[in-house]
Amino acid sequence: MKRKGRFARYSLQDKAMLGIGFFLLGLFVIAIVIPMIYIIVASFIDPVTLQNKGITFDFSKWTLTAYRRVLANQQIWVGFKNAVLYSVVFTVISVLVTMLAAYPMSRADFRGKKLFNVIFMITMFFGGGLIPTYLLISKMNLLNSMWAVILPGAFNVWNMIVARTYYQGIPEELREAADVDGANELVFFFKILLPVCTPIIATLALWQFVGMWNGYFDAMIYLDDAAKQPLQLVLRSILIQNKPESGMISDMQSTAQRAQLAELLKYATIIISSLPLLVMYPFFQKYFDSGIMAGSVKG
Amino acid sequence: MAESKVKKKAGLHNGLVYVTQHWQLYVFFMLPALALTIIFKYIPMGGILIAFERYNPIRGILGSKWVGLMHFKRFLSSPDFISYLANTLKLSVFGMLWGFPVPIILAFLLNRIERTGVKKKVQMVLYMPNFISVIVLCGIVRILLSVTGPVNLLLHSQINFMTMPEAWRTIYIASGIWQGAGWGSIIYTAALSNASIELKEAAVIDGANIFQQIKAVEWPAIKSMVIIQFIMQAGNIMSIGFEKAYALQTDLNLASSEIISTYVYKKGLIDGDYSFSTAVGLFNTVINVILLVAVNKIVARMNEGQGL
Repeated sequence: MKRKGRFARYSLQDKAMLGIGFFLLGLFVIAIVIPMIYIIVASFIDPVTLQNKGITFDFSKWTLTAYRRVLANQQIWVGFKNAVLYSVVFTVISVLVTMLAAYPMSRADFRGKKLFNVIFMITMFFGGGLIPTYLLISKMNLLNSMWAVILPGAFNVWNMIVARTYYQGIPEELREAADVDGANELVFFFKILLPVCTPIIATLALWQFVGMWNGYFDAMIYLDDAAKQPLQLVLRSILIQNKPESGMISDMQSTAQRAQLAELLKYATIIISSLPLLVMYPFFQKYFDSGIMAGSVKG
Repeated sequence: MAESKVKKKAGLHNGLVYVTQHWQLYVFFMLPALALTIIFKYIPMGGILIAFERYNPIRGILGSKWVGLMHFKRFLSSPDFISYLANTLKLSVFGMLWGFPVPIILAFLLNRIERTGVKKKVQMVLYMPNFISVIVLCGIVRILLSVTGPVNLLLHSQINFMTMPEAWRTIYIASGIWQGAGWGSIIYTAALSNASIELKEAAVIDGANIFQQIKAVEWPAIKSMVIIQFIMQAGNIMSIGFEKAYALQTDLNLASSEIISTYVYKKGLIDGDYSFSTAVGLFNTVINVILLVAVNKIVARMNEGQGL
């Protein structure tokens, strides 16, 4: 009854306003869900039916063809393997470097903080741009190497600020109790400080992992070799350039059949490629608020 | 004067003592980040020199011929300049006008949902599109809007939306709100849940209606967040992303979809015109910095001296 009691305090006018608001919110939720459901349903439908009639709930027209063909394709698996490799390595390096740098930057006594701050902040607003960075990567012989997509973005100043703010919320006493002298900062950091930073580590890891998994630009400019390409580039040729991987449709006789099948493959490709993140994300949800709040406080 | 010199010396001495005592902080903690920053951020800044040269890869940055502002003049006087600049500005300004308020409104509404179970479920749906990649999002958009796609089936029409320059910005902005508004609301939702519940109860007892409550309690709780978000977005108007614009481009919608970042990419890495591309990119960056400073000043003035 408590809930009803609170709600009853709204006046009739307020209730009407809220009603309209919630109605619009409902519409937005529906607008998000419908395209997703459409793609899921369409991915199971026979290509000819799909093109002529759209989706149907006549289950005799449903088929797993698209999934079989997409999953039988080598390039998709290569893409998955690369995406996992790049994203995991990037996340580990990035979170480690960021958490390390944020620690001295969070300490009041740290000498040179202002200078480091300026050095880092400038890069948030000004940079060399596309070609100078590309020329550097190619000079370093990193073209077609996974390090070209991992290293340049591994240290993120914004994430460092978020982590620094989080450290500042941890009581000073922790360090005093651990009786840290200059010589065992590392021990303190890994043994005592990091274990109490799980929420922020989870948040940064999620941001970095999702960013690397979902991005395609760096891979597109630095990785030519088909064996090195991450999932998003494989998806790009199927979804955006309308070039299904060879072997997915080549056994079809007519051009029309190939086109219909290519269209259907897009749906299955979307589902297969999006599933891992969408399944993982609810497990991280509890960290969203805490992590974002930590970063929003001005440091 | 002598005294200040002594003080300075003492300061320097203390500094050295500090650094030797805390060398680990510099070597293990700062060095990795600093090295990455210098190599991948500062060295490319030196590469900006090629914007003022006729860059020849064999001769290198220092050996190429100096041409001054030639590339800038060429870009600024080309007829494409106005069109790409306008496309970039329109896309981000309209994107912001439409997109900026939505997360705030969502947060206000979410904050009024009293059943936590329902609220959690709604939030889960709202955040979901954020985890879809740019490529998949654009793939979905292309499928839904294709000539034989569901939108045309519903309308009983055969409109090829992806080839229409006049539809492109709407497609870009609407799909951006679809994907990002829910995620963007988190930051406000978190701030709102921090707003004192007692204050809200007090306002309710005083007979304030919803708008008065928002004005008295909820708006103050998120105001500073709104300002920070606004400055950051307004300051980034010229750096609107490459990835989505490029993935939504077709040859026929370039009239509105060619923005500066996609142009920089095509000129530089596809045509190989390194110097010109760098000049265009530099032009873009400089405008962006100017905008950021200007927006920060304006907001600071409106907000009684409180900028970023």
